[in-house]
Amino acid sequence: MSDSTHHPAPMSPVEQRVAALEALLTERGLVPDGFIEQVTHRYESQTGPMNGAKVVARAWADPEYKMRLLADGTAAIAELGFGGPEGDHMVVVENTSIVHNVIVCTLCSCYPWPVLGLPPAWYKDPPYRARMVREPRALLAEMGCFLTEEVEIRVWDSSAEVRYLVLPQRPPATEGMTEAELAALVTRDSMIGVARL
Amino acid sequence: MDGIHDLGGMQGLGAVDHSPAEPVFHHRWEAVARALLVVVAGAVEASGGEFRHSIERMEPGHYLTSSYYEHWLTAAATLAVEHGLVTVSELEARAGERFPLSGPVLAPPVVDAGPDVGRPRFGVGDRVRVREWHPPGHTRCPRYVRGKAGTVVRLDGLYSVPDIEAHGTARRHEPTYSVRFDAAELWGDGQRGVRVHVGLWDSYLEPS
Repeated sequence: MSDSTHHPAPMSPVEQRVAALEALLTERGLVPDGFIEQVTHRYESQTGPMNGAKVVARAWADPEYKMRLLADGTAAIAELGFGGPEGDHMVVVENTSIVHNVIVCTLCSCYPWPVLGLPPAWYKDPPYRARMVREPRALLAEMGCFLTEEVEIRVWDSSAEVRYLVLPQRPPATEGMTEAELAALVTRDSMIGVARL
Repeated sequence: MDGIHDLGGMQGLGAVDHSPAEPVFHHRWEAVARALLVVVAGAVEASGGEFRHSIERMEPGHYLTSSYYEHWLTAAATLAVEHGLVTVSELEARAGERFPLSGPVLAPPVVDAGPDVGRPRFGVGDRVRVREWHPPGHTRCPRYVRGKAGTVVRLDGLYSVPDIEAHGTARRHEPTYSVRFDAAELWGDGQRGVRVHVGLWDSYLEPS
């Protein structure tokens, strides 16, 4: 009699290694009850690009907020309730018609967690980290973000303690929109700087 | 160390596998690996520098062919073994297979960090040159700017020097700067209108 429908999928080698370390650390009393679920929940539901989108929408809607945001990113972002690890020293860089900013971390994968959440896989993989400092105009075009030669590209390698957020240009024909409507237009990629709105 | 993690400017790595949106964790084991690193780093009081260096010491082939969270898993297991929380044989017995860890630390422990540097040596607009050096331990000075000249565009405050905190309990704080480099000067390829900004500690720099 076959019981194949009751077999769970076999663990992959990396899953076996994770399970081995988890078991040993748990036996030593080092993993508090519910800790793994707590960490997962925090990053899956309490942070993400929706936070950064609120910051951008506020900056578009309120010129005084925008001035504060560009002068002291950490403090202005904290006004909206966002902060914490990998967001303790924020610098916001503004896109204009002649300047385009883009962020990268060539040495690891530093990223502004409180406003963008955890980084996507492609941001952490070698091709993006290798190429964004060497041929950003070509790489941006490859990713669908075409910039003419007149647009200066400013790449920010997060090698020290500052984390960056790109302030995208406000799209045309958005006058009269509420902040919530504006926030819905803001994409994760536009705040990394691999897209324009 | 001049390790595989220091990727800025490397060629031949192919296209970026971009997706406009993706789940925070693709598999449950990724979230577990992330949490276990937090557990281990807390238990052994690892600094950010020591954590990063435990990934940088991965065997290059393994580094390039494994995902970000496998890096975290390898770091967590390496730190757990190096600090005596678990042994390699225990890990391998439980996993039922080889458990690859990162390679040994190549730099000696730092005993004397030297005094903190409170006053920035450079101001906005100053020309600086990055030291041409190849430290065997952890550093946040990317290879692609070593020996290159740039301009200070921002002072970012005092922070613990990663090169020191990764190799013991000693700490030194120094000013940090954002330094602007012209991409054409970095790569000698004539590209126009591209500036690359790198965050650098005071001791990475000399006047230019």
